[in-house]
Amino acid sequence: MNQNPDHDELSIGIAAPVVPNSRPSQVTSYRRPYPGTQPEYLHSPYVSSIERAPKQPLIKLPHTLTEVTGPAFAPALVSPKTADLTRQNGREAIGERITVSGRVLDENGKPVRNTLVEVWQANACGRYLHKRDQHDAPLDPNFTGQGRVMTDDYGAYKFLTIKPGSYPWRNHYNAWRPAHIHFSLLGPAFATRLVTQMYFPGDPLLPFDPIFNCTADDKARNRLISQFDWETVLPEYALAYKFDIILRGSDETPFEVQR
Amino acid sequence: MSLQATTWQTVGPYFRIGLEYLNTTDLAPAGTPGEPVTVEGQILDGNGKPISDALIEIWQANASGEYGGTVDNPVDGAATVFSGFGRVPTDDEGRFSFSTIQPGPVAGPSGAMQSPHLAIRLTMRGLLRGLSTRMYFPAETLNSDPILQLVPEQRRATLIATQKPGTPATLQWNIEMQGERETVFFDC
Ligand SMILES: [Fe+3]
Repeated sequence: MNQNPDHDELSIGIAAPVVPNSRPSQVTSYRRPYPGTQPEYLHSPYVSSIERAPKQPLIKLPHTLTEVTGPAFAPALVSPKTADLTRQNGREAIGERITVSGRVLDENGKPVRNTLVEVWQANACGRYLHKRDQHDAPLDPNFTGQGRVMTDDYGAYKFLTIKPGSYPWRNHYNAWRPAHIHFSLLGPAFATRLVTQMYFPGDPLLPFDPIFNCTADDKARNRLISQFDWETVLPEYALAYKFDIILRGSDETPFEVQR
Repeated sequence: MSLQATTWQTVGPYFRIGLEYLNTTDLAPAGTPGEPVTVEGQILDGNGKPISDALIEIWQANASGEYGGTVDNPVDGAATVFSGFGRVPTDDEGRFSFSTIQPGPVAGPSGAMQSPHLAIRLTMRGLLRGLSTRMYFPAETLNSDPILQLVPEQRRATLIATQKPGTPATLQWNIEMQGERETVFFDC
């Protein structure tokens, strides 16, 4: 008896000869999202989604070897410098220093070790180091707004950075993004890819932001807000925020056995 | 313990600054076993307008159909080791181009083999969540591929690259977000 009709895709048997050198094809799929916790592609308050969201229904893909594998990343891609966004060539960026740290876990609560965490953000004035950013706010020559680290054996990561400013965008009248840091993680597999944004507690712009408000489930949305963390504040140096990230976990439901 | 995966958010609009150090135009360094191939294409929105701020990520097997490898810093956009992973942005005309080697067939569900393919993840401003799709190779047997079988027949062509006339090692494959030739995207 299959207890979970959502996960029976691996039994779609297309009759095909067994190739003698084929490797084991029984793979454990990743869990599908809990309803309401991930955005719909078309979210009309976010105007850019209207011409870009697919209109045809997505086709449910059973997870094959392609989806459950993924690349590893060389330790040389990160260094103490890539974890510290507050200085360039020994000179200090302007703004409020903060640490951002947390753990990367999967949905089963297991730490995701040695995984690449990439971040980017605006400077303290709300300006990105990018040619298309036309916001009339100063650039900081000592701030590129880019960083990356690898998680440790406990799935923990930590950045030292500058608290980003809010910036205007043209989505709707008087639209300003709440302060945020962009995060990108690949995790262990093609299926575990995650790109998200971390927000700050108490930001008055959060209720007005169509990107933050993209999910039906308000608990899922509120998990994008980091927590001020008194215990990891660096005295007389930097305030601290905690942000844990959850990647999809494999669906460990044992598969059906013939009785 | 049961947790829920973190909610996706769009990469846009100024995403390139944090991801572009890994941008690749050549996934396979010289000497990588396999048939070299270049893939060119354009990404279009629902009005047929080119999307200049899209990013595609590629995940593929090696010529023997095996996955796995370690991504290192590319030098001038060329990978120094074949990892099967690539990150390719579109330009001002919404075009992308990359070189790689053709992957081998890969084990699929229930003992069926999958035809050679590239797994593609697409992110851009306007997409709150990345989209996944696949690119298949025109010269391969495709009618036994277990994933293509799940796609309505009239939409399968959107997943299959075409030979660029006059240049046998170059394939063309466009991605259309909407419209009559809307690319098939997967709930992955
Ligand atoms: Fe941003």
